[in-house]
Amino acid sequence: MTHLLETKGLEIRFGGVVAADNITLQIDAGKNLAIIGPNGAGKTTFLNICTGWLKPASGKVYFEGRDVTPLSPRAITRLGVARAFQIPQLFTEHTALENLLIATAARDRLRNPIRALKDTRQRAEMMHLLDMINCTDAAHQQVDELSEGQRKLIDIAVALALRPKLLLMDEPTSGVASSEKFDVMEILVKALAEAEVTAVFVEHDMGIVERYADEVAVWNMGKIELRGTPQEVLEHPDVIRDVIGEVA
Amino acid sequence: MFIRITIPTLLLMVLALVPFVAPGMQVLLTLALAKGIAVMGITVLLRSGQVSFGHALYFAIAAYGGAFTLMLMPGADLIVVFVFGIIAAVLSGIIVGLFVARYRFIFFAMLNLAFSMIFWSILEKFYHYTGGADGMRLPRPTVMWIELERGAYELVMFYLALALALGLGWFSMRWLDSPTGQLFRTIKTNETRLQYLGMSPQRVMLTGYVLSALLCGVGGIIMGLVQGVVTPEYAFWVRSGEMVFIAVLGGAGSVPGALVGAAIYEIVRTYASAFAGDIWQLVLGTFLLIIILFAPGGIAGIYSGVMDRIAGKKEEGE
Ligand SMILES: Nc1ncnc2c1ncn2[C@@H]1O[C@H](COP(=O)(O)OP(=O)(O)O)[C@@H](O)[C@H]1O
Ligand SMILES: [Mg+2]
Repeated sequence: MTHLLETKGLEIRFGGVVAADNITLQIDAGKNLAIIGPNGAGKTTFLNICTGWLKPASGKVYFEGRDVTPLSPRAITRLGVARAFQIPQLFTEHTALENLLIATAARDRLRNPIRALKDTRQRAEMMHLLDMINCTDAAHQQVDELSEGQRKLIDIAVALALRPKLLLMDEPTSGVASSEKFDVMEILVKALAEAEVTAVFVEHDMGIVERYADEVAVWNMGKIELRGTPQEVLEHPDVIRDVIGEVA
Repeated sequence: MFIRITIPTLLLMVLALVPFVAPGMQVLLTLALAKGIAVMGITVLLRSGQVSFGHALYFAIAAYGGAFTLMLMPGADLIVVFVFGIIAAVLSGIIVGLFVARYRFIFFAMLNLAFSMIFWSILEKFYHYTGGADGMRLPRPTVMWIELERGAYELVMFYLALALALGLGWFSMRWLDSPTGQLFRTIKTNETRLQYLGMSPQRVMLTGYVLSALLCGVGGIIMGLVQGVVTPEYAFWVRSGEMVFIAVLGGAGSVPGALVGAAIYEIVRTYASAFAGDIWQLVLGTFLLIIILFAPGGIAGIYSGVMDRIAGKKEEGE
C-alpha cells in the first residue's frame, strides 16, 4: 500500500546543527499524527522539507507514492499538501474572508478579470468555513487587527480552503489562551473530519496530543526518537524526561 | 454615497465640455489624459508594493511602434496604429517582465530603469532607423479611414483619450478587485503564503506588470499621435520619474487619483512656467513635500477624507 506521505532518510544540517538526521516516517490517510519534541529539535525543519521549502542533503519525500523531493512548495501544494505556519502567514492588508477567497482564487484558478473576488460563488463556501472555525465575526476585519489565536485559525482555514489531502500544522494552538486550546482543537478536528483531511500537527500540549492524535512521533536533536500511539509514547520514560519535563 | 460621486460627475461633465467652453485647454488636457493613463500603470504596480523607475520604456515603445507603423504603412488608420503600438508595448512588457518579475523593491525599480535607459540609447544611436534625437514623425492617420483636418483630429483625440481614460480606469479598478488582481496585491504582503497557495509569485507579478505596460503604452501612443512626433525623450528616466511623481501626488494606488494627479500636474506645469521660468518645479516640489508629510494618501486620500467628514456631519445632523 502506498502511504499518503513517506520520507526516507532525510538529512539536513545548518552549520554544526543537525536539524534532520535520518528521518524516515510514513503517514497514512486518516491517521492524524502529532509531532512533539523540544524547541530546536527540527520539527519545523521537517515540515519545511516535506513541502519543498528546504531541500534535504540526502533522502527522499514521497507523496502518494510519487517522489516530490525536487518539487517547489508551489508544485507540492498543487498535489494536495497544504500548510499552516508557526507564525501565521496571511495577507495582512486583506480581511479574513478575503484571505480565504484569495486561496480559492488560487485553488480554482479564477481568471475573470472584471468580476470582483468578493462576488465569486466561492464566497458562501468560505463563509461556511469561517463559521466552522467560529470566526464569522472576523470575516470583514483586516487580519492584522485580529488576535494571535484568531490569526492562527485563519491561517489554518486558508490552508483548508485549498481542499488538501494532507494538512501540516505547525503549533496550531500556540498563541491560543490555554483555557481555549481544547475548544480550538475541537473545532479544528471537526473541520478536518468534515473535509476528510489527514493532519500532521506539531504540538507542545500533551493533553491535546493525547486526545486528538492517532499517532505520535517524538523529535529530538534532529532525530525521531520514538513513534507510537499516544498512550505508548506519553508513558515512555525518555519522553517524560526529554519532552514533557522540558515543556511543562 | 450620493455626495461622493457628485463632484467626480460634475468634473467629468465639465471635462467633456472643454472643447466647446475652453478650446485653449483641449490639447493640454488630451496630453494630461494620456499621461494619466500611463500613470495608472504605475498605480497598478504600486498595489503590489513595487515601484518602477523605467516605465517610460513602454510609453516610448508604443509611440515608436505607432511611428513605425505609419512609416511602413503610410496612410494607416488610427485603429491600426493604436493596435500595433499597444501590441509592441505588451510584447515588450512580457519579455522584460519575464526577467524583472522575480525582483523586488530597489532591484525591481532599478532594473526597469536600466531597461529604459538601454532603449533610450538605442533610440539615440540607431538614428538611421529612429531618427536619433530628432525622433520620428507620426503623420496624422485617418480616423475610420476618413481624413480629418487638424481641428477635427484633435477633437477626436481628446474624446478618444477621455473615453480610454474612463474605460481603462474602470477596467483597472475592476481588475484590482478581481481574483487575479487580488492575487497580484498579495505580492505586497506575503509571497510565502502565495507560494503555499500553489501560485508562482513571478507569474502573478507578471500579470500586473503586463497590465501596467499596456496602460503606459496606451498613454504613449496617444501622446505621440497628438504631438505628431516621438523622440527618445519619451523613454528618458525623467519621464519615468514624472510618472511615479504623479502617482504619489494623485494618491499611491488610487486609479482616479492618477488621472486627477496628471491633470493637476500638467496644468500647474503649463501655467506656472508661463508665469515664471522654473517656478513649476518649485510649486510641484512643495506640493509633493506637503502630500508626503501630511497626506500620504495623496489627492485621492484628501478627497475621501473630506467626503467622510461631510458624510459624517450629515449623519450627525439627521
Ligand atoms: N534556515 C535555517 N538556517 C539555519 N538554521 C536553521 C534553519 N532552520 C532551522 N535551523 C536550525 O535548525 C534547528 C531546528 O530548528 P526547527 O526545525 O525550527 O526546530 P523546532 O521547530 O523543532 O523548534 C535549530 O537549531 C534551528 O536554529
Ligand atoms: Mg518550530
